[in-house]
Amino acid sequence: MTTLAMTGRPLLQVEGLTHRYGSRIGCRDVTFDLWPGEVLGIVGESGSGKTTLLKCLSAQMEPHAGHVVYDTREDGPQDVFALSEPRRRLLMRTDWGIVHQHPVEGLRMKVSAGANVGERLMAVGARHYGEIRGAALDWLGRVEIARDRIDDMPRTFSGGMLQRLQIARNLVSRPRLVFMDEPTGSLDVSVQARLLDLLRGLVADLGLSVIVVTHDLAVARLLAHRLMVMRAGAVVEEGLTDQVLDDPQHPYTQLLVASILHP
Amino acid sequence: MDGYNFAYLDEQTKRMIRRAILKAVAIPGYQVPFASREMPLPYGWGTGGIQVTAAIIGTDDVLKVIDQGADDTTNAVSIRRFFARTTGVATTERTAEATIVQTRHRIPERALSAGQIIVFQVPIPEPLRWLEPRETETRKMHALAEYGAMHVKLYEDVARHGRIATAYDYPVMVGGRYLMRPSPIPKFDNPKLDRSPALQLFGAGREKRIYAVPPWTTVVSLDFEDHPFEVQRWESCCALCGATDSFLDEVIVDDRGGRIFVCSDSDHCGERRAAGHVGPQPDALGQPVAEEAT
Ligand SMILES: Nc1ncnc2c1ncn2[C@@H]1O[C@H](COP(=O)(O)OP(=O)(O)OP(=O)(O)O)[C@@H](O)[C@H]1O
Ligand SMILES: [Mg+2]
Ligand SMILES: [Zn+2]
Repeated sequence: MTTLAMTGRPLLQVEGLTHRYGSRIGCRDVTFDLWPGEVLGIVGESGSGKTTLLKCLSAQMEPHAGHVVYDTREDGPQDVFALSEPRRRLLMRTDWGIVHQHPVEGLRMKVSAGANVGERLMAVGARHYGEIRGAALDWLGRVEIARDRIDDMPRTFSGGMLQRLQIARNLVSRPRLVFMDEPTGSLDVSVQARLLDLLRGLVADLGLSVIVVTHDLAVARLLAHRLMVMRAGAVVEEGLTDQVLDDPQHPYTQLLVASILHP
Repeated sequence: MDGYNFAYLDEQTKRMIRRAILKAVAIPGYQVPFASREMPLPYGWGTGGIQVTAAIIGTDDVLKVIDQGADDTTNAVSIRRFFARTTGVATTERTAEATIVQTRHRIPERALSAGQIIVFQVPIPEPLRWLEPRETETRKMHALAEYGAMHVKLYEDVARHGRIATAYDYPVMVGGRYLMRPSPIPKFDNPKLDRSPALQLFGAGREKRIYAVPPWTTVVSLDFEDHPFEVQRWESCCALCGATDSFLDEVIVDDRGGRIFVCSDSDHCGERRAAGHVGPQPDALGQPVAEEAT
């Protein structure tokens, strides 16, 4: 893994992030910085709070305490939850991408693949059909979907294709930060490898910053520069991926890495 | 209909509907919820439009009711009769004479003038419904003017048909702010919505919504730069009156499959013929000119 040049300031600054479901803790007092171009993996067993944390970070859910400060293109660092709702929603569908574990949650199943990819462009004012279609074709190509599938409905796609379509739909607006929750989780092992390769290539080519949730340590090792290990809603260890996986410090991480814990 | 109040609805209900109409006029294109009442006609017969008309009609009004452009279809006749009985107001088939035009599926060809009110019967008011089934979400999309996704529908049209194939209920932006369904009028009529001197009111009974386009409000049909909005065109003219600029219906005239095109707006066609315009087959429907115009 290449060392990151940590110049300038963090893209995302997270401080004391806490979310509860009634009296149950979802995630607790999570603090970290994400740097431009960095891929951060969040690992931990089932129920450890990974999805809860990701949803709070990506403003799909409001935390009960803490701050998420994002370095916006226009006005520099801004508290995401202090932004007006229109601005927050605009941010979410332009500068951010959100890749859901189950592609149906992130796709419009009733419109064609091309429309799925073109939607974000139209949402920010693209009004030239030829250009929208051109961009859709380009992005289908980049996620290795045959160009002649552009007018097909998503339901005619395989699971792997759906996930790649979801990725194209997010990346078309050139986001700087992409959130992914178990992006390979719904796929067969054979299909996972190809998607991981593709993701790795795109992240490197586009210089994306990514926060990826996974309970699969192999996925974490392939994609992430840095890891945060969660347990019972809290971060118990964090560090460079190779360090965490090859020389875990916290007993829980040691168990996790030794695969004694089966997520 | 003895024993009913003027225009059937009680005064309190009419006041409630008028308040909704005033709000709708104040926020062009915005869908105002209202407590839709049961009417002595089934939904789909224009109960939303009927309630709007009932709330605004006065004794001096002259009412015209059309369905698909014609005054003599069952739906139009029933509604006209309903108001004739419950209000005693004068009715007309002449667009020029009407102060209120209640309509389903058309806007008269004759340009409406200041002081006239056109009331549209609306089956589905929400333009974003096909895309987003959740009412809370569509409301938010309207509030934040998040309308980009509406172009997804037009994109699909062009991808599938090579052009924007949507021909009815073609989505529009009202006053540069609210996305609106104009009700299932042909897109041919969309340009008439734009900066009309008449007040345009829309009533959806089952969905309990009223919205409005006040006089002179801009109404723009959505499109793409490389697929601009266009209205329907016909190869032929009206067989009866020769009009080349009106919306034409295809009519089968014999059992050998013979067909002609005639104006869908029967008043417009009759007026033209009364003024001496003659089409290529003036007697194709077997109606003498004079009777048609009455
Ligand atoms: N909607 C909810 N209502 C109540 N409790 C919830 C809800 N969602 C999650 N939780 C609880 O919050 C905790 C964290 O759940 P979360 O879904 O964030 O875990 P996770 O790490 O993503 O798990 P998995 O790997 O199974 O997806 C768990 O105890 C879970 O039961
Ligand atoms: Mg989860
Ligand atoms: Zn005619």
